Amino acid sequence: MRPVISQLLANGPVVTDGAWGTELQRRGLANGESPDPWNLTRPDQVAEIAQAYAEAGSQILLTNTFGANRLRLAQHEFANKIRDVNRRGVEISRTAAQEGARVFASIGPSGKMLLAGETTEEELTAVFREQALALADAGADALVIETMGDLQEAKLALAAACLTGLPVVACMVFDSGKNRDRTLMGITPEQAAVELTETGADVIGANCGHGIAGFVEICRRLKAATDRPIWIKPNAGLPAMENGRLVYRTTPEEFAAVAPSLVEAGASFIGGCCGTNPRFIKALRTQLRKPAASVGTGSQQ
Amino acid sequence: MQNLQQLYESILSGDAKQARALTEQALTAGVDPLRLVNDFMAPAMDEVGRRFESNEYFVPELLLSARAMKSALELIRPLLVARGEKPTGRVVIGTVKGDLHDIGKNLVAAMLEGGGFEVIDLGVNVPPEKFIATAKEKNAHIVAMSALLTTTMLSMKSTIEAIKEAGLRDRLKVLVGGAPITQKFAAEIGADGYCDNAAGAVGLAKQTMALLG
Repeated sequence: MRPVISQLLANGPVVTDGAWGTELQRRGLANGESPDPWNLTRPDQVAEIAQAYAEAGSQILLTNTFGANRLRLAQHEFANKIRDVNRRGVEISRTAAQEGARVFASIGPSGKMLLAGETTEEELTAVFREQALALADAGADALVIETMGDLQEAKLALAAACLTGLPVVACMVFDSGKNRDRTLMGITPEQAAVELTETGADVIGANCGHGIAGFVEICRRLKAATDRPIWIKPNAGLPAMENGRLVYRTTPEEFAAVAPSLVEAGASFIGGCCGTNPRFIKALRTQLRKPAASVGTGSQQ
Repeated sequence: MQNLQQLYESILSGDAKQARALTEQALTAGVDPLRLVNDFMAPAMDEVGRRFESNEYFVPELLLSARAMKSALELIRPLLVARGEKPTGRVVIGTVKGDLHDIGKNLVAAMLEGGGFEVIDLGVNVPPEKFIATAKEKNAHIVAMSALLTTTMLSMKSTIEAIKEAGLRDRLKVLVGGAPITQKFAAEIGADGYCDNAAGAVGLAKQTMALLG
């Protein structure tokens, strides 16, 4: 296990951060506006989120760079500033982390589908390599490939990320099929775990998609198929409309109450995706400090 | 007859080359193009949809079958148009303003084409005005909107409101879909229908056409 990872895991399950996109929206990010360029245009707002997660007890801060790749920002005025958007993203999280937390930089999907001929393996490799190198050069402690639906794309991103020499977390979204246990492309947790492990991921996981309860079984299946630590970041349920606004109904307490089951199912890193906020992270920290949470983790708590 | 059953199989297995070749053979042999569609091709796509819904098929299989269907339909459609057959319906489809995701939308468009619809694809980041202008110009029966992001799904609401203001709401039906969309959300924003997968969108669009009368 890589030192960054083993140091983090030395004291039992690690609490990561929560959502960035929905938190940026609360701060005025318009519907459909790309969040990543805010690293350059409104860094204070982005920093506020990183700071809030650090204060809530996040042991890992991600970065506001999920969509900072050349394909996603193709039509954006910052299309030629991919490097700067990524670099500032790492710097902002680093400042908030201080000595207390690690910075794991986020890499999301390209938004294009290989199978439909919308992009090619060569193009994706170049796109992910550009982003991964920018994040590594900016001083990230590790990289996180997240919210992937296509295993082929996930593996290309992972291979590009591994070239930086940093530890890499690779996670996919299991939200399709009758039991909501497949990715968009029909990949099972077992397939994902095996192939991502073979491709060199240091940590394997699942994020986004649906509420936290559905993640317990997915976590168990991932764990059974790989020797790597497991990373879990669920949504705060699915959003609902309330008075013309989107709300996520899962409360921080309800969310955190499932965390011990995730730990029991083999999760080593737990945080939140869409709809979660620093209160969820605080609740997770409180919950996981309870003695029962360390059962089965082999931790020294 | 043997060949025609193979046409069904080739679409079901997503073999575009064979589907096209078999269609060409059948047309040369004088088989009624409408019979090819109704008795073999459409049932194949129905089976694809069934398999998708029962977890046997996923997006890759869906894409391949839709592609096979499309390549066969390219040969058939001009013949049907020439003799005055109408498409199942006309759909204007696009990903809403602010959203650049087109995977789901492209899948639904492919499935609808496979289901006999004429599909006008406006691409991504489509503003309400563009949906409205195209729906008017093409005399569309259905406007279908996609959003992947929780940050953009509200654009569906504003587009429906704009369609109302443009006085088109009674003349067409609005369907919505995308990862964060739910039946409840669709109802709340006043859409006529929602479906959680691309295969089901065809059946939904057909039901919706029936409502238009």
